[in-house]
Amino acid sequence: MELICPAGTPASLEAAVEAGADAIYCGFRDETNARNFPGLNFSREELRKGIAFAHRHGVKVLVAINTFARAGSFELWQAAVDDAAAAGADALILADLATLDYASRRHPDQRLHVSVQAGAANPDAIRFYVEAFGARRVVLPRVLNVMEIATIVRESDCETEVFVFGGLCVMEEGRCSLSSYATGKSPNMNGVCSPASDVAYTERDGRISSTLGGFTINSFGKNELAGYPTLCKGRFATPKGSGYIFEEPVSLDAAVMLPALRDAGVTALKIEGRQRGRAYIAEVVRSFRDILSGLDKGQTASSAGLAAMAEGQTGTVGAYRKSWR
Amino acid sequence: MQLTLGPVLYHWSPEQWRDFHYRIADEAPVDTVVIGEAVCSKRAPFKQDHVPDVVERLQAAGKRVLHASLILVSLPRERRQTRALMEAANEAEVEINDLTCLASLGGRPFAAGPFVNVYNEVTAGFLAGRGATRICLPPELPLTAAATIAAALPEVAIELFAFGRAPLAISARCYHARAHKATKDNCRFVCELDPDGMPVKTLDGDGFLSVNGVQTLAHGCTSLLRDIPAIRRAGLASLRLSPQVCDMVAVARLFRDVADERLDAEEAERRLSEIYPDVPLANGFLHGAAGHVRMGTGPGSLGELR
Repeated sequence: MELICPAGTPASLEAAVEAGADAIYCGFRDETNARNFPGLNFSREELRKGIAFAHRHGVKVLVAINTFARAGSFELWQAAVDDAAAAGADALILADLATLDYASRRHPDQRLHVSVQAGAANPDAIRFYVEAFGARRVVLPRVLNVMEIATIVRESDCETEVFVFGGLCVMEEGRCSLSSYATGKSPNMNGVCSPASDVAYTERDGRISSTLGGFTINSFGKNELAGYPTLCKGRFATPKGSGYIFEEPVSLDAAVMLPALRDAGVTALKIEGRQRGRAYIAEVVRSFRDILSGLDKGQTASSAGLAAMAEGQTGTVGAYRKSWR
Repeated sequence: MQLTLGPVLYHWSPEQWRDFHYRIADEAPVDTVVIGEAVCSKRAPFKQDHVPDVVERLQAAGKRVLHASLILVSLPRERRQTRALMEAANEAEVEINDLTCLASLGGRPFAAGPFVNVYNEVTAGFLAGRGATRICLPPELPLTAAATIAAALPEVAIELFAFGRAPLAISARCYHARAHKATKDNCRFVCELDPDGMPVKTLDGDGFLSVNGVQTLAHGCTSLLRDIPAIRRAGLASLRLSPQVCDMVAVARLFRDVADERLDAEEAERRLSEIYPDVPLANGFLHGAAGHVRMGTGPGSLGELR
């Protein structure tokens, strides 16, 4: 299985290459990609240099252009597709029908991957992307279990890529406007979720509240670490009680699932985290490279065992186990 | 301006679901009614027996009927349900809520529901080329984008989500079951206890979201009543009213009257708050703002569009 690693900066790209990635994914410094965070991502020149560096080391670069184009401004997304192809990207990761259609016509030889943001969750949906655009790989949403993934692999003329580590969307990707409802900024349109610009922490009666767009997402006592208010990982109140009604503040660690994912026929394993620093990237990539080497020798790992998890967060295998639902 | 009644997103009892549509057929001034189960495949069998009668009653009343597909298709039975619906698309018109459907539609005409990601005129044009005759845009889309799409595709009826709690997310995990300490597979259909959604408040007690099984919706209720003049100027063809537990016939009449300029929008919104009380009205998405916000119609807002 290929190891696909994130890079939010040229330094992270180099770190991931050196740590043993098979491929790097990254995006341009604008709203055309779903990690449009301040100070992150690549200029055209940085991408050209990054691809050259990766290729010298036998590593591929996949360019994510995976937001949904703003009406009346499609030329921005067209330019991203053209520039990524010209820079020598090994594949483009696309979500919007508009960009998929454009890329498949304008660059018929360019390898296209269907982004997780497209929410292609079954073999019929994938067949559509293969037939319509010649998609070669689909990144599967984080709502599927291993059996469903095995079915998809068996029935699809298309490679599959699954997330194994990092942030965990509990809603189907590309179909979530929770962030947009609270802040006006959405993953699909702006490439952001629960943006830092809309986050505040306030202290009252010895408790710290974290808010997003003015809504309280969590509240912490003295002995609790005040985590980041990602909307779907907050504590809320319902008539059935209060708590983490969608998901706990966990992140994905599917290291233990690697044998099952391999047996399911998955082509590539993806690490989330283009917003993370180079030290984190290097550590996670190295860890998964080791686990994959062990897997070839018949060893299995129970978790990625990373210090990077020590942010008050615990790991989960998420939807890969059916009981998650 | 046309009016469309969206599919009932909640798990109502089969009889309640049937009788609701009978009354819509008899009394509501809507042009199109979308029926079927879009949210959870486990609920679909319950209303199946009533579908033929409901369709007949609606069509006899002159309503166009569209059959909604599931939003998230991952289980084998969900694929079967979706394929069967698409294969029946010769006789019945379908509203697709996922691109899964395109593989088996084979070029037959269809409507695209608000869960298909149409954010720009290029994607809308692609779907029109594949047979889309109507497109209900995602609720988070601002009017500026909707206007661009409508202008580019005059032959396609472009619709906005105009009333009801805006659907915000879909998951494979059932949050209703989770709140009741169960899982999706052994849910015992606890979602039927909340026919208007389970309220989700912040820890400070502010209304925020609403859970409907695997779906999460807004707490605030979308109302585009005061935006109708700007929507008309933007060239939109249709408004969607999404069923909530309130007098939906009265809601439809308000929208009809404002669209026909027989009723002042301010007065209509005042009445809407009586018909569906205790739920804040919101139109932020249309104005490119946070979805929960209620925007005015004064200078500088949509009142000034064009």
